[in-house]
Amino acid sequence: MSANDETQPTSVEEPAPDPKEPRRDPGRFNGVLREIVVGNALVSVLSVVLAVVVGSLMILLTDENVRDTVGYIGARPGDFLSAVWTSISDAYSALFRGAIYNTNVEGFEGRIKPLTETLKFSAPLILAGLGVGLAFRAGLFNIGGRGQMLLAGAAAGWVGIGMDLPLVLHLPLAVLAGALAGALWAGIAGFLKAQSGAHEVIVTIMLNYVGYYLVFYALSKQGLLQAPGSLNPKSKPMPESVILPKLLGDRFNLHLGFVIALVAVGVVWWLLNKSAMGFRFRAVGENPDAARASGIDVGRTYITVMLIAGGLVGLAGANQILGTATSGITVDLDAGIGFDAITVALLGRSRPLGILAAGLLFGGLKAGSFSMAAAEGIPVEIVLVIQSLIVLFIAAPPLVRAIFRLPKEATA
Amino acid sequence: MSTTAKVPVPVDESAPTTVPLRTALKAPIMLGVVTLLVSLLIAFKARSGKTTFRLAADTDFFDLPEITVPSTATVATVIVLLAACTAVSALLVGRGRRTPVWLVALFAVVAMIGFLAWAAAGKSVPVIGLLGGSIALAVPLVFGALGGVLGERAGVVNIAIDGQLLFGAFAAAIFGTVVGSPWGGLVAAMLAGALVALVLGFFAITYFVNQIIVGVVLNVLVIGLTSFLFGQVLAEHPQQLNAPDHFERIPIPLLGQIPVIGPVLFRQTILVYLMYAAVVVVAWALYRTKWGLRVRAVGEHPKAADTVGIKVNRTRYTTLLIAGLIAGAGGATYTLVSVPQFGQEMTDGAGYIALAAVIFGRWDPVRATLAALLFGFATNLSGVLSVLGSPVPSQFMLMLPYVVTIIAVAGLVGASRPPAADGEPYRKG
Repeated sequence: MSANDETQPTSVEEPAPDPKEPRRDPGRFNGVLREIVVGNALVSVLSVVLAVVVGSLMILLTDENVRDTVGYIGARPGDFLSAVWTSISDAYSALFRGAIYNTNVEGFEGRIKPLTETLKFSAPLILAGLGVGLAFRAGLFNIGGRGQMLLAGAAAGWVGIGMDLPLVLHLPLAVLAGALAGALWAGIAGFLKAQSGAHEVIVTIMLNYVGYYLVFYALSKQGLLQAPGSLNPKSKPMPESVILPKLLGDRFNLHLGFVIALVAVGVVWWLLNKSAMGFRFRAVGENPDAARASGIDVGRTYITVMLIAGGLVGLAGANQILGTATSGITVDLDAGIGFDAITVALLGRSRPLGILAAGLLFGGLKAGSFSMAAAEGIPVEIVLVIQSLIVLFIAAPPLVRAIFRLPKEATA
Repeated sequence: MSTTAKVPVPVDESAPTTVPLRTALKAPIMLGVVTLLVSLLIAFKARSGKTTFRLAADTDFFDLPEITVPSTATVATVIVLLAACTAVSALLVGRGRRTPVWLVALFAVVAMIGFLAWAAAGKSVPVIGLLGGSIALAVPLVFGALGGVLGERAGVVNIAIDGQLLFGAFAAAIFGTVVGSPWGGLVAAMLAGALVALVLGFFAITYFVNQIIVGVVLNVLVIGLTSFLFGQVLAEHPQQLNAPDHFERIPIPLLGQIPVIGPVLFRQTILVYLMYAAVVVVAWALYRTKWGLRVRAVGEHPKAADTVGIKVNRTRYTTLLIAGLIAGAGGATYTLVSVPQFGQEMTDGAGYIALAAVIFGRWDPVRATLAALLFGFATNLSGVLSVLGSPVPSQFMLMLPYVVTIIAVAGLVGASRPPAADGEPYRKG
């Protein structure tokens, strides 16, 4: 294994240089430009555009006013057009007010609060997205985000309610417990894959449900996690000493979890791009047979990568119970983030910085969806539709190119 | 033509004398472990009292009496029988033979009787309700699993079974209401399932997108779409759009009056009878027709199939669409039977259990059906036992399908081998 291998293109979509072509350095700018015009970045942006267009159509088709005016579109097309405009602009300005800047309230603090909500929602998406993306880079599908987050949340919460320590010890211990629980739960899939070749997709999906029922059981059993004297499957609220501190004071909900997510982005970037271990991950992801032939222990790599991936998803679980939903452990503490993380990782193309951007985008959509629901009565599930359409389009670049009549990916 | 095409390793299943000892030993070991577990059950948590098994339904030819047995003695007898089964299995393996399937089935039934006698001590077990309810719960799982088996046999991994069930349920509710007949709902459900399959095929076959990604994303898309439309449209007009007529139970004359079997199998809705037919037809078509041979060829070795003139991607598309029709019919169960109304995310991940049944059933329609029935039984049993106040927490019963699937894919119980080209897009040339 020579150091040269590191500089090989890591993406399979990247075209191999034509040997007949005289080798010219096209210059950094040209490369970037071509990447933007025909490369993946543009496809990503166009995919988002397409998904938003479809989402808008759905809002229009289900809007009462639009449907009423379409009845007499021949007689008064102006009415129809203005109904369309009102419906769409109301929806997206509500989205903007919920996700970035609220012009409807007084004072800068109140106006900027939506942006901090976006950051709050994006933290677990980034963390879990990193977990899924890291596994992708090693050629593994981690569909088990839900189970890993549940187990992590339960473990972090258990440390939270079960111990009485000062904050400086208690909080790190609880976060660590969450990461460990997530790591172990994902590690099962890595271990079985290494031992018997059991497909990690199936195992992680099944572990989601096993984890769900385990946590459900613990939450409905007195003496385990259930709040004393309660009949609901819910634990006691988290004590002050394990709650992630608020970053901007009590008026904002943004908490330390976002900083943890940023640090994790940096660590994973370093791990993947600068460390020997990350090189092994990528080598196994590109071609496990070649990696094995070069002396990499593929089985051990599978276990390691799943442990780290699960730890990252576990941090997302800890972030929920110790920061965002501190009123007690429930079986819904994952809030769909385990699956959202898959779309985040795919949109971010499994690159740490891409995941950061995708997590911010989806966090913003989530924050904005609540204000769309409150102001315009548009169900929050519109975000799921847009999110999944983005990923479908991104996964099929030729389709997006065909829709927008773009040139094919450069071949030389 | 490249030379790197994977050649599947032939699996020899027909030679009982050459079973490797290590594989053959798994059966008696598993039976032994279960026997031991049942023994531990009474050793550590003995339950006194009598258990009653209620077998009668009111319209049988003749009434079977209730059977009341002393709990502990029954479990003791069961343990002896289980040990005997294990011994027979060990003896057969010692002579270089496999453990026959009927022995495992017998073992399972005996073990279940022992477990019920223990868990329901002092209570009475409604056997017919237990078994009949299991069938009802298993209907969407069986339809979903059949769809899954067909898709994977053709080489397309179908994680989107859950999306097909959910979209089927949604379409059945709307069209069942609008058309005013559950048959309209059923047809719409099947078409909805096929529509999801078409999108899956479009991305997975035409655009070579990773099938697992498409499947997972499609599930999310269908959840989002149906929940959005439910909140935006259905919830506003429940009477006009979300109140379908439902299928009534149709007792089959004569067959329906046989004690135990009749009420369990033959006093069900038309969807259950369609399910029986679907299992038979899929198994027959897959193994006994030219079409089935082509499907399997495309799933095992698409290049070879292409070489002999089979249109690989067209075969995959048609198979996937048929699979979608079947899975969609399973979705109709949710909105056209007992509670004729659509609710958000009402399949609750049943598609993933169906996927588990596909794998646990080793990609075989009949075995997958049995696995789906077993999973339906586990779900219903947890409900019945929690009503009876059983000592086993219901969550552990509900966990069972998933745990056995993990054990199955980890190769602890027999080898499970997916179709060789499962999940691999086919690029001609």
